[in-house]
Amino acid sequence: MGMEGIGARVARKEDKRFVTGAGRYVDDMVVPGMKHAAFVRSPHAHAEIKGIDVSAAQKMPGVIAVLTGKELKTDGIGNIICGWMIHSKDGSPMNMGAWSPLAVDRVRYVGDAVVIVVADTKGQARDAAEAVDVTYEEKGAVTDAVSALKNGAPQLHPEAANNLIYDWEIGDAAAADKAIASAAHVTTMHIVNNRLVPNAMEPRAALGHYDKAEDHYTCWTTSQNPHVARLVMSAFYNVAPENKLRVIAPDVGGGFGSKIYIYPEEIVCLWASKKSGVPVKWVADRTESFLTDAHGRDHVTEVQLALDADNKITGLKVDTIANFGAYMSLFSSAVPTYLYATLLSGQYVIPAIHCNVRAVYTNTAPVDAYRGAGRPEATYLLERIMETAAREVGMSPADFRSRNFIREFPYQTPVIMNYDAGDYETSLNAAMKAADYDGFAARRDAAKKNGKLRGIGMSCYIEACGIAPSAAVGSLGAGVGLWESAEVRVNGVGTIEVLTGSHSHGQGHETTFAQLVADRFGVPLDSVSIVHGDTDKVQMGMGTYGSRSGAVGMSAIAKALDKVEAKAKKIAAHLLEADEGDIVIENGELKVAGTDKTVPWFQMALAAYTAHNLPEGMEPGLKEGAFYDPSNFTFPAGCYICEVEVDPETGRTEIVQFVAADDFGNIINPMIVEGQVHGGIAQGVGQALLEGCQYDAGSGQLVTASYMDYTMPRADDLPSFKVSTSNTPCPSNPLGIKGCGEAGAIGSPPAVINAITDAIGNNDLTMPATPQKVWAALNA
Amino acid sequence: MYQTNYHRASSVDEAAGLLKKADDGKFVSGGMTLIPAMKQRLAAPSDLIDLRHIKDLKGVKVSGKSVTIGAATTHAEVASNADLAKVCPAMCHLAAHIGDPHVRHMGTIGGSVANNDPAADYPAALLALDATVVTNQREIAAADFFTGLFETALNEDEIVTAISFNAPDKCGYAKFPNPASRYAMTGVFVASSGGGVKAAVTGAGDDGVFRSSEVESALSKSFDAAALDGVSVSAGSLMSDIHASADYRANLVVVMAKRAVAAANG
Amino acid sequence: MSEVSMVVNGREVSGAVEDRTLLVHFLRETLGLTGTHVGCDTSQCGACVVHLDGKAVKSCSVLAAQAAGSEVVTIEGLAPGADLHPVQAAFKENHGLQCGFCTPGMIMAAVDMINRHPGGLDEKTVRAELEGNICRCTGYHNIVKAILAASEAMAKSKKAA
Repeated sequence: MGMEGIGARVARKEDKRFVTGAGRYVDDMVVPGMKHAAFVRSPHAHAEIKGIDVSAAQKMPGVIAVLTGKELKTDGIGNIICGWMIHSKDGSPMNMGAWSPLAVDRVRYVGDAVVIVVADTKGQARDAAEAVDVTYEEKGAVTDAVSALKNGAPQLHPEAANNLIYDWEIGDAAAADKAIASAAHVTTMHIVNNRLVPNAMEPRAALGHYDKAEDHYTCWTTSQNPHVARLVMSAFYNVAPENKLRVIAPDVGGGFGSKIYIYPEEIVCLWASKKSGVPVKWVADRTESFLTDAHGRDHVTEVQLALDADNKITGLKVDTIANFGAYMSLFSSAVPTYLYATLLSGQYVIPAIHCNVRAVYTNTAPVDAYRGAGRPEATYLLERIMETAAREVGMSPADFRSRNFIREFPYQTPVIMNYDAGDYETSLNAAMKAADYDGFAARRDAAKKNGKLRGIGMSCYIEACGIAPSAAVGSLGAGVGLWESAEVRVNGVGTIEVLTGSHSHGQGHETTFAQLVADRFGVPLDSVSIVHGDTDKVQMGMGTYGSRSGAVGMSAIAKALDKVEAKAKKIAAHLLEADEGDIVIENGELKVAGTDKTVPWFQMALAAYTAHNLPEGMEPGLKEGAFYDPSNFTFPAGCYICEVEVDPETGRTEIVQFVAADDFGNIINPMIVEGQVHGGIAQGVGQALLEGCQYDAGSGQLVTASYMDYTMPRADDLPSFKVSTSNTPCPSNPLGIKGCGEAGAIGSPPAVINAITDAIGNNDLTMPATPQKVWAALNA
Repeated sequence: MYQTNYHRASSVDEAAGLLKKADDGKFVSGGMTLIPAMKQRLAAPSDLIDLRHIKDLKGVKVSGKSVTIGAATTHAEVASNADLAKVCPAMCHLAAHIGDPHVRHMGTIGGSVANNDPAADYPAALLALDATVVTNQREIAAADFFTGLFETALNEDEIVTAISFNAPDKCGYAKFPNPASRYAMTGVFVASSGGGVKAAVTGAGDDGVFRSSEVESALSKSFDAAALDGVSVSAGSLMSDIHASADYRANLVVVMAKRAVAAANG
Repeated sequence: MSEVSMVVNGREVSGAVEDRTLLVHFLRETLGLTGTHVGCDTSQCGACVVHLDGKAVKSCSVLAAQAAGSEVVTIEGLAPGADLHPVQAAFKENHGLQCGFCTPGMIMAAVDMINRHPGGLDEKTVRAELEGNICRCTGYHNIVKAILAASEAMAKSKKAA
């Protein structure tokens, strides 16, 4: 490793613009003639639209256009789709209801878009939006998935009888039942995984610009995957063919999954730009974000864990109901199935597993992948029941887990996944040592003297990242392949541009991707630029989510670098009159190994472009592209330990220590990896302690629609974290990388709840463990 | 935000005159509650009359035990006033924990008191301190001033100009913030003087700030946290919301009262 | 509409805006200073923090008209020269930012915090003082570290001067 290469803690190249206010987000974009949009949204959770009168709004000051769903349909704009087909256990395809970008005859959740208003200023657009008169006939609403399945519940979509989208299963039900029937001990739990709102700090935004002269569209949007946005808007929504649509995702202020999906607003802004003849910008305010960003989690699960007389696990049976909201968002169907149930083996040998999942429509915002996506839900239920079972059988939580660890790899679980590598004991031991686990009893006693209840809890998680082998996900129903592309352009002076289909919205790709290149060729980091986020610059890409940019995106770059290296060596060998097999690249020079014969990198590059003296038959230039399709998922894993103090008088929990020991395989920039873990833990602690999205059951109104009621983690809610990593390199990609973006959010919630329930001596506690709930549990 | 017309007043009289001329005018001081309400289109005054630049409304005067705080004095200025800290440190402590540092740079005591948010901190202090709300028209005892949720005894064109009170022998404030908004979910201000004990509660009552007779009678016997052991407060007239039930708030009233007394006793 | 004048980042500026215009929109839209961000509607996230007459305020909760006649410093004006302000440098060195959206407000809040604590800061104080700034990426760990480092660096350079 050099000062700037793989493994170096390099400060980020992109930071200068962010710390000086020179970042460029969608809301910062200005196009000549640009106007502003506001959406008229449903105030009701469920209603028929009986009429829309736009006449008053059209006469308001500054108004340019007031457009409805009927006009959108007339122009042939398509419905929004879910791109992953799941079949129910009876073989029938999932029941997907229609989702028009602007509602035509029915609204199904509070915030459903109905009309777009375009005006000179944002204020005028809002003024006019209030003047649009929509006549609604209210219908009954249902917001929780369990109630939505009951007889007589309000019905959302004619396509989905009883609001059931699919009834899916994985694993061997008979084997799991048998394990439970013959178990020495069975632990049974009812687990609720609370609904969350992702809350990237930059609200979603879109700027649609139709160029009449060129018959060409440009969309600036807050996207984690601009190419997928273009593909879907072309192939399914009939906005424009791909060659006439440019999608740009400039600096994007966080995503966490919520900016993967193609939402109504970007589609409607593009269409409205053509319709009204002006560029149209829409920026969500925070309440709109709460109402309409795809939410996360929201599972209700019954689970049973069977143990034999030696406290070895013999079986796991899981029955989950997943709330999908009012419409099926882009990847929603995959979250509680292939991103969830396939991880239910955790770090443990579990001979028999069965999981049944029912996906359900409700009158709430659509639910889709949010940081971790299915894996936090799997980890939460497994690590809660592991801790609970350990308590029930009187074993230490660490020994109970250790006794059941998988220790031989590769390991085929009963639920599809084939774990390629791992060392769970090492993470467990590292975490226990860092947490001074043995000293806990003394700390508990000391806390007691101060009137505080101290508790400790752990969580051993595994996740499947590096999403994903295209053929594998294709066979499971995915509508797209999940490879990544890269192009490496070496310029005539030796500087390098890397074009990637990955998208950075905080992950630091401009630095880590450049480190990979600097490491390979020994060139200065400053001479490497990363280009992303623009469909006119980068040919194609699948974007950033599922902790895939390192394992998949960088592997594509590595493949392109292989090709560049091969050609560079050929050129150098020709210039140095040596055998290409003898050429090595070191410190920015190409050398004949074991001699002092060298050609500097820039000179080789110049030779490639002057083309005066190239090997016979070689094309000029030095630019190579590659597509990388992973051969397997990657399997980051680790152990998290949380220590809390509960104030018994108020029920308030303070996290006094949080330890993370992760195995991410090889690491490019430890500083950035640690930052990812910190942020993930904060979101996981947020889920466990603070964040709970709530709808009013009767009216279907979102009760937590602003930061006044939705508790975001703040600096004083959290401690500094103790993080460390171990490394069993991933054998499934050329860089040995596993991915680190989601681990913190996956591993931390059960550790927090295990700690609190340990402190208060009551295991009956749901997330978020607010002071009120903990106080009630203490006084139950 | 709806359209509005902004006016900057340089004197209290000018401000009152501007309001009279307006259709549906409102005074604005720091604006930390009013501007966000206007942004959400929950308030729509035709005219805004800015009091922040009126010199007479600024500053803290302490003379012996007598304290007068100008209405346009910011929370940050109250929190950091050395003279006030000597005679009534609980008031500085309270001001130092309103909102966040940025809000404290703009928000003012007069604005907070005139708005009477049921989760605001100052009303509890004023009630427990038996403070006087001084306006451009009269002086109003705190007990008569706060009349309900966001309701006060102020007339339409009446401007709070100062808050005055005599520092008690001992006083303390403790609050349990709402986890999301950080407003007081329950805050208790206790004050002990020769005349007895007053304990006022904010953030918890379903009709705004109130004095707790249960807490006061226990503390009248002994101004000590232990005096509140076993005391319970009726949940009957307390608020219930997603963050705290009335029962939980009733518990918090006693716990915060204990902590306020402990702080008062140093 | 009113003509509003103020000094922003050391320069006299003015513009005709509706009275309902917030300071943040005056900065972003009239002056093109897009470093100041809007992340919420309820005055809680702090992405919009600027200095008004030397004090940190939330520019989303102040009308441009209220700020008329005042001096405003935004993230763009924090370090007029080629070098970063010590707080900007500390955020970069300590990886105190990821997506960068909350960063301008965080940095303006941090500068104000350090100014108000000439005797130095500790972790608990920094965390408490960050109550008005929300970050979704970093878990605050490295933001706290950056502010503590900047506070020390600024104290040292003051001593040296």
